[in-house]
Amino acid sequence: MTLAIAVGFLAAVGTWLVVRGGAVRLILGFILLGHAANLIIISAGGAFRREAPLVDGQLLAENAADPLPQAFVLTAIVITFGVTVYLLSLVARTAKQSTKVEDESIGRIEGQAEEEGRSS
Amino acid sequence: MNIDVAFLSTWALPLVFLGPLIAAVITFVLGASAVSRLIGLLVPLGVFAVSIALVIATMDGQVVVSQIAGWPGGVAIAFVGDLFSALMLGVSSLLVFTSMVFSYAAGLGIDRWFVPAVLVMTGGVYGAYVTADLFNLFVMVEVALLPSYILMSRRGTLTALRAARLYLIVNLTASTLFLAGLGAVYGVTGTVNMAALAGLGVLPVVGVATGVVVIALSLKAALVPTHSWLPATYPYTSPAVTALFSGLLTKIGVYALVRIISLVYEPGQLVTVIVVIACVASMVIGVLGALGEGTIRGVLTFHMISQVGYILVGVVLAGAVGLAAVVFYLIHHTIVKTSLFLTGGTVEHEEGTGIIKRLGGLARAHPVASLAFLLAALSLTGIPPFSGFWAKLGVLNAAADAGSVLVFAAALIVSVGTLGSMLKLGSGVFWGTPKGMREEEDEETPSDVTVGPETVGATGVAIDVATAVEAPPVTRWRPLLVIPGLALALISLGIGLYPEWLLALSDTAGQSLSEPTAYVTAVLGGGS
Repeated sequence: MTLAIAVGFLAAVGTWLVVRGGAVRLILGFILLGHAANLIIISAGGAFRREAPLVDGQLLAENAADPLPQAFVLTAIVITFGVTVYLLSLVARTAKQSTKVEDESIGRIEGQAEEEGRSS
Repeated sequence: MNIDVAFLSTWALPLVFLGPLIAAVITFVLGASAVSRLIGLLVPLGVFAVSIALVIATMDGQVVVSQIAGWPGGVAIAFVGDLFSALMLGVSSLLVFTSMVFSYAAGLGIDRWFVPAVLVMTGGVYGAYVTADLFNLFVMVEVALLPSYILMSRRGTLTALRAARLYLIVNLTASTLFLAGLGAVYGVTGTVNMAALAGLGVLPVVGVATGVVVIALSLKAALVPTHSWLPATYPYTSPAVTALFSGLLTKIGVYALVRIISLVYEPGQLVTVIVVIACVASMVIGVLGALGEGTIRGVLTFHMISQVGYILVGVVLAGAVGLAAVVFYLIHHTIVKTSLFLTGGTVEHEEGTGIIKRLGGLARAHPVASLAFLLAALSLTGIPPFSGFWAKLGVLNAAADAGSVLVFAAALIVSVGTLGSMLKLGSGVFWGTPKGMREEEDEETPSDVTVGPETVGATGVAIDVATAVEAPPVTRWRPLLVIPGLALALISLGIGLYPEWLLALSDTAGQSLSEPTAYVTAVLGGGS
């Protein structure tokens, strides 16, 4: 239940942030959405199963935690982390360039050319 | 023929994924040298050789399996080569090779990031074709996407960076959704092994959970209604990169959709109706969008959406017949579309613009490239002696078999639209009034336009700017830019003239997709 509420909350806030627009909100929103997805996977393993799967070489079938979702989530976190870092750098770069470039009217010319091509 | 299946399963299948990654590390260490460019050509050739061996080994419906690390079937992550995977590997590596030749001719090879990024990307794509594990598929897709973000933004112009930002956001959304769907699938079935999921789609919970994955994948495949990101991103990177993306990245989505829908769901489920509607909408909306576009790559990108509809509609129509049509169409489409993107890219590189209004009458000075365009355009439309004819015939056949008037009519009518937009490209770019006759001249000489402050990767752009400024329009185009597109167009013609072998292969592939018992037993059973 706690997990379900947490997933719902994270997904709701994440979606809201993404839809609101703005670079930083967008990135924060995706981080939250990623957390929501990760929690879904964790809950897929069964949140009530918490015991260590192996104790002194003995398999505890009852309530043994499922290690597979945890491995999934670990992988997913690493991937999301990498993509988020790249997205941050891209946003920083487009933000920096858009002011600098428009001063030199470089972006504008190219933007116009593209628009002209699209509308014809 | 004597193909050592044990060798294929122990070495070739894992190497299809690992080889390009190892080569990427080597080329990155070597930097932008002739050796790394050579490696960039040799790797797709090697994969092509493996794929031919795989096709020969699997053409009787056999399935080659590699249980990674020797875990028993069902526990291990399995790499599987069946005929469908083998054919996809073959056609992908072929187009990677031709696109690499084109990219080098266009000057992208100077960028030290280019070859490693392409190699990692292709490694992920090949991996996605052979994996039999849904989570592994997610990882493979990410492996393919990460370098694509780099390739997308390397052009360095502001529009390219903006397009890259949108592209990244869309793919991040799809990946998050994919992940959530995976969680749901694991939650209700306790496995993410595709073979173990076979036929489970009849259970409503599994059907819905897999549906989330299907939605995420259709976003990657740019199926309507999740298509609008594609024309907003693909045309803004370098032409060679667009060609690679169109042949590889959206095709992973299409491939995975074919695999998952045919494996998990049974014919006649609700998902069938939804997919048919989405596909018909894709056909129509894609082709209408193409008619309204004003740039070469804009038209071609909208066509991709339309063609994705054509490809996927067979998945849910008429069982094996429909799936055979899917396989044939997918192969035909990958070849022809790449050919068109490469020929269009040649025009952009040599004439300095892809805006149709500013081009015209190029056929007189450049008959070979125009021929390549003509052949590929006719093939895309579905005119008889080309592969496109057999592909469309397959779809119509499947629609008739399933008694679906809607699909049959849509497939025929949309062909007319395809012809129309190809005529627009043909008469606007290659035939018709030459550019010089028109009033519009290059009032905005783009000499310093594209060379922004941070354009490390803009070498390709710099070169085409240089030629556009110095050269009058009658200069001969660089042959290495023209040949890749022509070669692919000729392959399409060749398939069209001698279609029997490919039709037979796609029939077998369609059979084993519609009745995946061999696939399932190979993946879950002991394996080799």
